[in-house]
Amino acid sequence: MFDNLFSTTPDTQITSVSGRLTRTCIGGFLALAFGVGSLASPLVANAKTLAEMKAEYQRPTSVPYPEDNPYSVDKAELGKKLFFDPRLSGNNQLTCAFCHNPSLGWGDGHSLGFGAGMGRLGRRTPTILNLAWSEPLMWDGRFDTLEEQALGPVGAGVEMAQNLETLVAELEEVKGYQVLFNIAFPGTGISLDNIANAIATFERTVISSIAPFDLWVGGDEDAISASAKRGFELFNTKARCSECHSGWNFTDDSLHDIGLPNDAREEKAADGSMIKIEGDIGRGEFFKDNPALQYTFKTPGLRNLPARAPFMHNGSLHSLEDVISHYNTGGYKRPSLSRSMKPLALTDDEAKDIKSFLLTLVSNDPAVTVPILPR
Amino acid sequence: MNYSKLICATSALLLLAGTSSAAEITVAQKDKKFTESKITVKVGDQITFLNEDDTTHNLYSKKGASVFDSSVMEPGAKYAIKVDKAGKFTARCAIHPKMKLRVTVE
Repeated sequence: MFDNLFSTTPDTQITSVSGRLTRTCIGGFLALAFGVGSLASPLVANAKTLAEMKAEYQRPTSVPYPEDNPYSVDKAELGKKLFFDPRLSGNNQLTCAFCHNPSLGWGDGHSLGFGAGMGRLGRRTPTILNLAWSEPLMWDGRFDTLEEQALGPVGAGVEMAQNLETLVAELEEVKGYQVLFNIAFPGTGISLDNIANAIATFERTVISSIAPFDLWVGGDEDAISASAKRGFELFNTKARCSECHSGWNFTDDSLHDIGLPNDAREEKAADGSMIKIEGDIGRGEFFKDNPALQYTFKTPGLRNLPARAPFMHNGSLHSLEDVISHYNTGGYKRPSLSRSMKPLALTDDEAKDIKSFLLTLVSNDPAVTVPILPR
Repeated sequence: MNYSKLICATSALLLLAGTSSAAEITVAQKDKKFTESKITVKVGDQITFLNEDDTTHNLYSKKGASVFDSSVMEPGAKYAIKVDKAGKFTARCAIHPKMKLRVTVE
């Protein structure tokens, strides 16, 4: 069992005990405890409007699992072992957790990720936090499901560089895995599909805990500061953040060009010649004829942000102040720029309020234990 | 009536019957969702998509019974496809990939 993770089944409700999550079969606590009907605020003239805004951010009461890969404790535990097992990489040195480090908001803290041979990757490592509710996956949305995504980095030559054709045979040599796969997947045992299903199941258990913001949404007026409350209102109005960062996990799971400068450039090669580095066009790689999709990247969720710095798909912004300042400018103008991107004219105090609000999304998540790997 | 005249008359009737049975189905893109999650149509029907949002959408299907890509669909834009093969496909928005319309063509 995952004593320190938030593993839940579709029928298992999430509840809060002293700021932590535990499992219980008594459901519906959030819907009951976080009712918003009685909220009132001096911040806006129309309290109902604020109540409606808050209602849009209520945490879900259960975790969604796909019908063709339902939750089981055995599957999730196996997936966790695989996630932390370097034998999934080509040189048996890299794990999924190498880039998706729970101490760093399930990212790696670098501007750009590192892969096989410590080669630099083209984008920042995205968090795996709260992906149970998310589709598509990756910055460019190339995978529809966690099951599809799970083996992508494992098999990618620049990432974990594992030969997927030999991975099953490698794991079959580990007696412990034979046992665990047979328990988690009776009758089918070790296969690429089952490796992916197990990892995806584990990833769906990685859920941010209840944050001060959630308590405020639930009716605890003292849970966040006045500055944060002002920030929440700005987030939903003048600052336009909620047009993309919507819902309890603060993402619309859509792809937008937020006007970060194109990183196309020329660099000097070893022989002294200049080489042209193409800019990252994100989802545009898959829809080259669609001008609206150039430079678009998936909206990330905003939970536990401080642990996830630096920010943006290319890690180019190092602080929340930098991020708010970028949005305040309206972004780099080009045909694909999102309609939501406009100069905001936020004052310094308003920017501080928005940052205060964002910090209320940080939860005190329990420590994650590293699993003992099968031999 | 000789055979050639009979075939012509039958073909005309079939053509007329085929034309009259083809339907036009309209599905809107509203609040970043399709107004339907799944529809069943017949071969020859036309599906017209209408962007009723104030945001840009797209419409595509890369596999299945129908393959298409609308490119940009600005607010108010329409995009129509005629389904000419039985089977299934999923129409999606590449900008908002959670928007899905599952189509069965009979």
